[in-house]
Amino acid sequence: MLELHDGSLDVPKITARWYEEIKDKNFGAFIPFIGIVRDEFGIDGLSFDIYEPILNSWFDTWQKKAKEQGAMLFMAHSKGDVLNHTSSYISAVVTPQRKVGLRLINDFVEDFKASAPIWKYDLIDGKRVYAKNRSQALSGAGLLA
Amino acid sequence: MARIEFLGPIGKEPQELAISNLNELKEIFAKDEKLAEWLGICAVAVNDKIVKSTDMKINPNDKISLLPPVCGG
Repeated sequence: MLELHDGSLDVPKITARWYEEIKDKNFGAFIPFIGIVRDEFGIDGLSFDIYEPILNSWFDTWQKKAKEQGAMLFMAHSKGDVLNHTSSYISAVVTPQRKVGLRLINDFVEDFKASAPIWKYDLIDGKRVYAKNRSQALSGAGLLA
Repeated sequence: MARIEFLGPIGKEPQELAISNLNELKEIFAKDEKLAEWLGICAVAVNDKIVKSTDMKINPNDKISLLPPVCGG
């Protein structure tokens, strides 16, 4: 399940909802990863743009991969502004066994960082500044150069 | 005409261009000074699928997207 929210994520509410959804389905492990915006580089927070069509197909591919291993993925991400010390990203994997889940959440989050079409901006003095030097070019970049 | 969208921080309005492949788009963009800093770091999607070759045929009504470097989370 993939969900996008305007602004900061309500972590207790979202993770509780996911847990309620899976707790009686005989999974042995529920492994969440929660990203929290840090106060660094003098920012007030972060802001995000998302290109949903490609994000959706990227997530569907991962969900299929998870299902082949008897697992299921959840992900929530913020759109727009997210202030320091609040959350912009939650992902979770549920699996029959812990080892598969720990490996899957690691691979999923790594590929999320490299492939999900999401653009991050620093919020500084009320302006959005593209976090270019912390961003990663997608595979195949430079095709039109 | 194909529609070209510039995603995320590029900050450029969409364009409609009569092109039949991505090599033609590459030639047009080479003359666009505003895109100079982006072309080397952007991936390209045609109808929401990332492509790796400029030889690909482009049909009228195709959507081409330029995707700058990403940083989710």
